Amino acid sequence: MMKKLAGIVVFMVGLLLFYGVSNVDDFPGWGDPDSPANASPLSQYFITDTIKDSEVPNMVTAVLADYRGYDTMFETVVIFIAGIAIFAVVRVSRNNSPVCGGNKDDEPDLIITTTCRLLVPVIQIFALYVLAHGHSSPGGGFQGGVIMGASFILVAVAWDLDTALGRFSEKAAIACAGLGIIIYAGFGLASMFYGEEFLNYGITHKLLPGVESPEMARYYGMLGVEVGVMFTVTSVMFLIYGLLSTRGRMSGGL
Amino acid sequence: MIFELDVLILLLLIPAAVMALQIRDLLAASMAFGIYSFLMCLLWAEMGAVDVAFTEAAVGAGVSAVFLIATVYCTKRKSSD
Amino acid sequence: MEEFIQSRFNYWIYVILMMIGLWGMIAKNNLIKKLIGMSVFQTAIILFYVSVAVKSENSSIPILPHHGHDYSPRAAAAHAAHGRATSSEDSEDHHQDEHPHVRSHDGHGQHDSKYTNHGPKVPKADNYANPLPHVLMLTAIVVGVATLGLALAISQKIYREYGTLEEDELLEKVRAEDDV
Repeated sequence: MMKKLAGIVVFMVGLLLFYGVSNVDDFPGWGDPDSPANASPLSQYFITDTIKDSEVPNMVTAVLADYRGYDTMFETVVIFIAGIAIFAVVRVSRNNSPVCGGNKDDEPDLIITTTCRLLVPVIQIFALYVLAHGHSSPGGGFQGGVIMGASFILVAVAWDLDTALGRFSEKAAIACAGLGIIIYAGFGLASMFYGEEFLNYGITHKLLPGVESPEMARYYGMLGVEVGVMFTVTSVMFLIYGLLSTRGRMSGGL
Repeated sequence: MIFELDVLILLLLIPAAVMALQIRDLLAASMAFGIYSFLMCLLWAEMGAVDVAFTEAAVGAGVSAVFLIATVYCTKRKSSD
Repeated sequence: MEEFIQSRFNYWIYVILMMIGLWGMIAKNNLIKKLIGMSVFQTAIILFYVSVAVKSENSSIPILPHHGHDYSPRAAAAHAAHGRATSSEDSEDHHQDEHPHVRSHDGHGQHDSKYTNHGPKVPKADNYANPLPHVLMLTAIVVGVATLGLALAISQKIYREYGTLEEDELLEKVRAEDDV
């Protein structure tokens, strides 16, 4: 009964959407350069003037970290809040819940641990590369943070969570998650001290040594806020994995 | 953007999505969802959205599949439908 | 006809994937399956946005080539100054040197002046994919995984309380609790 009803609802929604996207007069086709989304002055401004405003060749990074700085800042806050909420929902004390998963005394597999020992430094270097080259190639704080978090998750999968927590403890992870947002907001506040708007990094060329123009200050300001994003994303990803894989005990592991 | 490649990946996406929802073994369903995410990542790279594709490769195909597997491991593996 | 299919095919598949995701969210019994359906729904909408951002056949990814040196006004000015220092007989470099300097003080009212032949090249809007939808979707993906993690945490909590993740069994247990 419920499934039939669900089928009818889904079918009706699908029919409406099919009608909407097949309408030649109202809906622009795929790859149409003159569609309202592509021909809007805003999108064209981002393509033509990004390099003039901030010296950043990757327009996506420039729009993400500069033109839409508020948006990205509060997305980071959303990630932080999600991490804290998961912490509040599933975290229990170490003693009063059953062990989830296999026997804790099992010796980790030699082949897997040796491979991970070789692989984890490469992954972490790659994460930093993705972060630092986010301006001129695909990448940035979100991707670099997820890759960095994945390297800690790999340690936790190959050994157990205690080994990973020995490298990046729970308290440090929560502190880093907050620190990322503080770094992001700090770059915003630094521009306020010079009389500009919040997150208007151009003025910080007076603050940063060796940066002579407002454009280059925007370039480095974006790098700074991406570092903040990376701190938050790395630690929240690692925290979520740790809590989910151990039912909130933060010990033992899969 | 290459339309032939686009069609190929789009046609592969539908069976991957159906598979992720229909398999009763939840561990296999998580892996099928990883496959779906990775095909989506290929599609976006093909359409020129390299940053979005990069994020999806790291997040969708990597981390979210791991989260799903971790949850399935701590709860039940069998699903009724 | 062929052109019609080519211009609509992405959107048709987006609608089908969205239907699959919505059906998974409504009709599936298992909570994990519902969450997978939610993720399918989410990626379908991201597919829609990315499809909107595509331009014609010869549009490139939204990253300027050669680290943007061809387009950067200051880099072009520095290059021109360097050229004048080494080979002062080249008269074109003098033009390139003066124009960016003048243009940097231009307001937005004289926007058309940058399309002149002198000075640094300006990227043509038709040659690059639209970066704005990419930005919106990039953050949506990362926030999506954080919320997926939260949903998974809540389903783990439900499993710990009730011992099941099937919707009908859960409803039965909740009703039995209410009766007592």
